[in-house]
Amino acid sequence: MSEEVLNSLRKIAEKIYEDIEKGEIPSISLPSRTKKNIVFDPYSCVWKYGDSKIVRSAKKLSGAYMLLRTMYVIDFIKEMLEKNKSSTLREMYYISEGWGLAKFHSQDESNKLAEDLEIITKMLREDFHLRPEEDGASIIGNITIEETTRKGDKRKINCRDDVGDAGYSIPYYVEKDKLRFVDCDADFVIAIETGGMFDRLVENGFDEKARAILVHLKGQPARSTRRLLKRLNEELGLPVVVFTDGDPWSFRIFASIAYGAIKTAHISEYLATPTAEFIGITPSDIVNYDLPTDKLTDRDIAALKAELEDPRFQTEFWRNEINLMLEIKKKAEQQALAKYGLDYVTDVYLPEKLTQMGILR
Amino acid sequence: MSILPRKRAEELAKKMREISVAEFFEKNKQILGFDSLQKSMVIAVKEAVDNSLDACEEAGILPDILVEIKKEKGRDEYKIVVEDNGPGIVRKKVPLVFGKLLYGSRFHAMKQSRGQQGIGISAVVLYAQLTTGNPAVIITKTESDYTAYKTILRIDTRKNEPIVISQEPHIWNKPHGTRVEVIIKGRYARGKQSVYEYLQNTAIVNPHARITLIEPDGKKTIFERAVEILPQVPKEIKPHPHGIELGDLMRLAKESSAKTVENFLARDFSRISPRKAKEICKSAGIDCSKKPSDLTLKEGKKLLEVFQKTKFMPPPTDCLSPIGEKLIKKGLKNVLGNLRPSFYAQPVTREPKVYGGNPFIVEAGLVYGGDLPSDSQVKILRYANRIPLLYQQGSCAITKAVESIDWRRYGLEQRGGKGIPVGPAIILVHIASTRIPYTSEAKEAIAEIPEIVSEIRNALQKCGRDLRMHIAKNRRKSKVSEKFQIVQKILPEIARKSAEILDRPVPSLERVIAKVMNVVWIDESFEKKGNEIRIKTKIVNYTDRKREFKLYADVPLGKIINANPPGEIREDDVVVWDVSVQPYETENYEIILTNASNYSETTYYVEGINPVMVIGAEPLPGDWDIKTLEIIEEESEEEEEKEEEEIYEEEEV
Repeated sequence: MSEEVLNSLRKIAEKIYEDIEKGEIPSISLPSRTKKNIVFDPYSCVWKYGDSKIVRSAKKLSGAYMLLRTMYVIDFIKEMLEKNKSSTLREMYYISEGWGLAKFHSQDESNKLAEDLEIITKMLREDFHLRPEEDGASIIGNITIEETTRKGDKRKINCRDDVGDAGYSIPYYVEKDKLRFVDCDADFVIAIETGGMFDRLVENGFDEKARAILVHLKGQPARSTRRLLKRLNEELGLPVVVFTDGDPWSFRIFASIAYGAIKTAHISEYLATPTAEFIGITPSDIVNYDLPTDKLTDRDIAALKAELEDPRFQTEFWRNEINLMLEIKKKAEQQALAKYGLDYVTDVYLPEKLTQMGILR
Repeated sequence: MSILPRKRAEELAKKMREISVAEFFEKNKQILGFDSLQKSMVIAVKEAVDNSLDACEEAGILPDILVEIKKEKGRDEYKIVVEDNGPGIVRKKVPLVFGKLLYGSRFHAMKQSRGQQGIGISAVVLYAQLTTGNPAVIITKTESDYTAYKTILRIDTRKNEPIVISQEPHIWNKPHGTRVEVIIKGRYARGKQSVYEYLQNTAIVNPHARITLIEPDGKKTIFERAVEILPQVPKEIKPHPHGIELGDLMRLAKESSAKTVENFLARDFSRISPRKAKEICKSAGIDCSKKPSDLTLKEGKKLLEVFQKTKFMPPPTDCLSPIGEKLIKKGLKNVLGNLRPSFYAQPVTREPKVYGGNPFIVEAGLVYGGDLPSDSQVKILRYANRIPLLYQQGSCAITKAVESIDWRRYGLEQRGGKGIPVGPAIILVHIASTRIPYTSEAKEAIAEIPEIVSEIRNALQKCGRDLRMHIAKNRRKSKVSEKFQIVQKILPEIARKSAEILDRPVPSLERVIAKVMNVVWIDESFEKKGNEIRIKTKIVNYTDRKREFKLYADVPLGKIINANPPGEIREDDVVVWDVSVQPYETENYEIILTNASNYSETTYYVEGINPVMVIGAEPLPGDWDIKTLEIIEEESEEEEEKEEEEIYEEEEV
């Protein structure tokens, strides 16, 4: 495996080297990673990168820097593979301090370059021995999993009975060789954006009452969280619903779960759950349930307008909802439902919405 | 001396017979400009300084003017002192000049003068007297007087006559000059519409003057003289028939020494020949031999009608004294130098033009970059006959002309291509005329006369084109320095690192460098050796083809004694070489100069090569103004690669 990885990385260096040898300005081309270059793939039902390419060339200063950094990152990965070490993305960012001109100026830059390498080589960053930090997303519900721990033991954990109130913490790597589903007695998965709402559902015993598996997304979900949702959906046949705040940023959380994120469109097939559904808070909910609201900021409005041009949101449902939000100029948090009491969300709101969706009968 | 415009002066004089001057003044303070404490301060200084400048220039003296403002004990009371090195005033005339409103002899002088703008120094004396009760103190000495005289006077506000309190000899160590001291109610501030701004702006367009300001806190600012040449004294001309109004015509007729109307027309107007005068009388139905003072109002009206229907040669324009392109640049550099602007557009002095029988000239200048703020509106310096206009910017023809130009084309920001542009720039516009058309009696803004607006626009557009060239050039420069960074620092690293990964030898970069740079680079260094300066010129061909062109080295000063290779030396200060340089190669040239101790840098020009390819040299002048612009614009449109676009905030790792 690592020989294959090394070869594919070496090929990138080769391309650069040979450009220079031939007297050409060195360059790399890769798919344009913008919302304009996202297309729907009818076979996998997710959104992937289209055919539009960008050229990163040493003709411009920014391009030249990126190529130099690419060389350094390849060299760094090569060293890790040879010595069988691994590092977090953050560690790589700090290691670049010693790279002189090739030093990264933010972790976004280094993360993005790691993704670029995934795209070019069609490998995953785990193959490069790069991993993210744990992000703290968790699960509560009647599902038993088997995790292979760092010591190599296999440990069975029931995510309702064997865990504390914070739930089972989702590891950064959730493939079958690490995590296996043993047993499950639930009807659906509900993915929740905020910790406050997750705790509310736990306290109200919603997992047992509604036979649900609760997944705390912790904001924008990490790759492993999205991957786990997809496995729950595909392997156990559980429907997935997404419950977020009612603001433009939350719509993007849903899009990244159901349609595939723009940043990771090269692996949407592996991360996205096309049948996932959005429960709310929808802009219609804000009106129908007369929820307490905040005013949209200028940034919110710009985000909504960008979504109207996002190919993934070009459905009647989303256009109507986004336009409604622009019209009422209001947003609401999940916890705004507490206006009607602490139990309202589990006794009224969610049952109503889930019944409309046909998940509860 | 300062005078009021004719028409209003007459009105004032008439009214003054009936009411007291003080009363009139009190009622008309606004018209006269004393409408706020801060403005009163500016007006008082302005009247005195304008007088000083006019007096010095008429006497052929380079002005050296001191303005001192001191806080007095009373509330809002300040002493203003203005002292000049002018010719001085004959002792007997002092009371009239300072103590009688509207004293001045040339109400109908058709001449470009500062005085035309003002209300007169005597109004300042009166204002001082009315607000603080203090008399004015005038010390003056003419060259022929043995001693200076100190006069203390006030104005009899009922009779409009000076009251001399004392006039006695005074010991003054100046060969000649005048010093005026008044105590007024006012307010002293810095910043917009202040004494400081007024003097600073005055210094810009009067680079031949040295102006010293001592502020109430003791702070001393000297606006140094930048040139030793006095402006040409404007000539007086007779009124042009297309530029005269009924009131003026009637008064001219009354005061004329001509015996007949025919004679009056031919002698007291410009561009009316005796033959034409006869024709005019005939078509107006006026007896040629009538005495001009007997003209009736009706006949006057008739005459004006005929004037308008008749074609005349435009008025003479040599009566105007523009500042001149060279001096505008000098003045701007001199006064704004501390802002270190990166660019002075070549100032423009337009050819004289005529509006309604009045000749005028528009001049413009533009300064850009440096420490000027880039996020605020462009500052507009407005001038009429070398006087800064500080008030009513919004309603002035100069502002309107600036606003009507789409400055985005020239590299400034401007919302919708209209309005005052935003950017690190100062725009200067000067209008010289025998009669400046003001919007109102306050004389603070120039009326929107189409001929004038169009001239201002033309002048500004020329400056704008200059600015665009400069910005394009800068963009090229920064592009080039970026390229140097790529080829000198980053590419070698990329080559080294890729070779390291692959365990291969480091590849040669020569051809890649040529491709990235794609320019011919001309650079010089110089060293001093005694009286000699050796200029070494390096030409590097960073392209993949052999380049051949003519290189002109234009040294700014000194005498060329040798060039190596010899080249062709023209007029002691230009060397022309035929350059031929192979790809990736460097050629070296040398010039030896003498008598050039202040040498800074040589200007290089190229011919026979696309100037866009050359860094460090200009295209050979000629029609270059048009040609290179096209090329530069073409270039900027080239190769905008697909860059990584907007950021769409999304999920985490």
